[in-house]
Amino acid sequence: MSNYTETDLEKDLQDQEYKYGFVTNIESDKIPVGLNEDIIRLISSKKEEPNWMLDYRLKAFAVWQTMTEPEWGHVHYEKPKFDEIAYYSAPKQSKKYESWEDVDPEMKATMKKLGISMEEQMRLTGVAVDFVMDSVSVATSFKSKLSELGIIFCSFSEAVKEHPELVQKYMGTVIPTSDNFYAALNSAVFTDGSFCYIPKGVRCPMELSTYFRINEGGTGQFERTLVIADEGAYVSYLEGCTAPQRDENQLHAAVVELIALENAEIKYSTVQNWYPGDKNGLGGIYNFVTKRGICERKSKISWTQVETGSAVTWKYPSCILKGDYSIGEFYSVAVTNNYQQADTGTKMIHLGKNTKSTIISKGISAGKSQNSYRGLVQIHKNAKNARNFSQCDSLLMGDTCGAHTFPYIECKNPSAKIEHEATTSKIGEDQLFYCKQRGLSEEKAISLIVNGYCKEVLNQLPMEFAVEAQKLLAISLEGSVG
Amino acid sequence: MINIVNLHAEVEEKKILKGLNLNVKAGEIHAIMGPNGSGKSTLASILAGKEDYTVTAGNVEFDGKDLLELSTEDRARQGLFLAFQYPIEIPGVSNVNFLKSALNEIREYRGEEQISAKEFLALVKEKSALVELDSKLASRSVNEGFSGGEKKRNEIFQMAMLNPKLAILDETDSGLDIDALRIVANGVNKLRSPKNAAIIITHYQRLLDYIIPDFVHVLYDGKIVKSGGKELALELEEKGYDWIKEELASNAD
Repeated sequence: MSNYTETDLEKDLQDQEYKYGFVTNIESDKIPVGLNEDIIRLISSKKEEPNWMLDYRLKAFAVWQTMTEPEWGHVHYEKPKFDEIAYYSAPKQSKKYESWEDVDPEMKATMKKLGISMEEQMRLTGVAVDFVMDSVSVATSFKSKLSELGIIFCSFSEAVKEHPELVQKYMGTVIPTSDNFYAALNSAVFTDGSFCYIPKGVRCPMELSTYFRINEGGTGQFERTLVIADEGAYVSYLEGCTAPQRDENQLHAAVVELIALENAEIKYSTVQNWYPGDKNGLGGIYNFVTKRGICERKSKISWTQVETGSAVTWKYPSCILKGDYSIGEFYSVAVTNNYQQADTGTKMIHLGKNTKSTIISKGISAGKSQNSYRGLVQIHKNAKNARNFSQCDSLLMGDTCGAHTFPYIECKNPSAKIEHEATTSKIGEDQLFYCKQRGLSEEKAISLIVNGYCKEVLNQLPMEFAVEAQKLLAISLEGSVG
Repeated sequence: MINIVNLHAEVEEKKILKGLNLNVKAGEIHAIMGPNGSGKSTLASILAGKEDYTVTAGNVEFDGKDLLELSTEDRARQGLFLAFQYPIEIPGVSNVNFLKSALNEIREYRGEEQISAKEFLALVKEKSALVELDSKLASRSVNEGFSGGEKKRNEIFQMAMLNPKLAILDETDSGLDIDALRIVANGVNKLRSPKNAAIIITHYQRLLDYIIPDFVHVLYDGKIVKSGGKELALELEEKGYDWIKEELASNAD
């Protein structure tokens, strides 16, 4: 113990197994592998979609076929074989659940293992959960309470059927189908996700929460999420994910669009803990996500993410600050270990006058992982008095991992003020020694140091999520003590 | 309290300690002085358990236990405290959270109950007053953005909170102005008791105006070469170390 070195620590980190690796044994309804117009028609018909939705998908598919996979990220992986993926998988159910009691007991058990027992949550926390098991939402709670306020919180498929006017008005307005390769793919084949609408002047009284889970081997999961906060509305949205252990790579290409109308505020928080692959870099999720929000006048969008999972992450939650006096924020903790690769960051596009953005990014790399921050701050020529503050910190554990920072700044208005700070540090032997000299165990010391390092980001999370995130960081680093 | 016998140690194959002997009893304060590079800070680091050093010979008994067999954290839990020459910053971790965690791990090790929030706050209030530490500093991140003097005072504050049997002060006086020096010394004096002991490592005599040592030792080239009472410190201040080196050289002849 007294001779515990950084090398041992590294080894322990590598040896630690993924804690959420289990597979739920529920019969799945799958369609044939491959991707062509017929498959898209099949997905659309299985979901009983209206024609406009099918048209949207087919147009996106046509665009996707003309695009090539992006290669600019600081990540290396074997490209997914898009013809070998099954694009739709829904848990087989004889009928829709009428109430919570009707939900498949095995599915309840899964949720319990994930630590999100619905009974508990419904009773204790007041969090409404829209649980996505593979691709179809199976349970939605608190719906009636929300609907009293005029809040719509449902699966995306349901929104397509029940609220087509809202979906048609906003879908694709922030992230057009042609935006990028994976957004186009998602637009063509997305299966389900969440939809949320907060009416004018309504402050959503509870955190809205969705847990995603990829459960079927070889099934790509393509989430589609749309959150609209109407004028003066407020919503805090939580998204958290874990996935079962798999040997083959699983593709995840989600699209999340946020729309904050005048004076509205959206807080979007993510805890991501998908299967990162084993210690040799085998398996794990490919997480290629497009997340973006648009801010009208005096509105605010705040992205907070704690990313600990996935083999490869490619993700840049961004804000288009269109309206004057609008505010965009990005708070991120990204942990990579073993052979994980993350290329993540944000884009803050300042279009309106007096717009403000804040970027706080904390990367932690261990094992043989590569962790990159990539961010763009763009001040357009009419964005008078735009402000940006960016801080990008990297923490290295051991000497076989990498941390990289790619900040881009484009400024076309001389009145802008842009600040960028960046630091890279090793988890100090000195810090560990100092803590241990005060009587702290190595495990406790690392947990203190790492949580302290991430504090500015963790502070942004809603209470119950912050606790979960702290636990997750502790789990990610737990094996570091013998 | 602590008995160091024939201690040899090296770092990267460079011999630093070459047969050091020191016996400190409960209730005593020992000052260790010596020129730069004589091994003073190395001694402090080795006693605290820093891994960069290799002990090649000798042994250290601490409160009846083989100190060198204990891990760094267990030495701390047994009551050994090192006030760092350069206190480390831990961003985002508040001083009080840090100390509460430390105190509770020490208590757990000793089979004692966790400290209650009320008890802890009372302790913070009492001990921060002892070193005239602004209560704001107690809730700020550990040493982050502290001035040199504040860091040193914070070390003594931590020492007071953890109430060690043996405190090793590694050049705690360096970088302190005269007021801070007085405050730090005051803190140490108030903690003095027949049950605990301290080793004070210093370059200068002036700290010893405030903390009166029972013994003064000169460490030179990895060994204690001269020991005496507090008057030895005054002599060193006046004459420097050269006369000791000359004395050693003539003895060797």
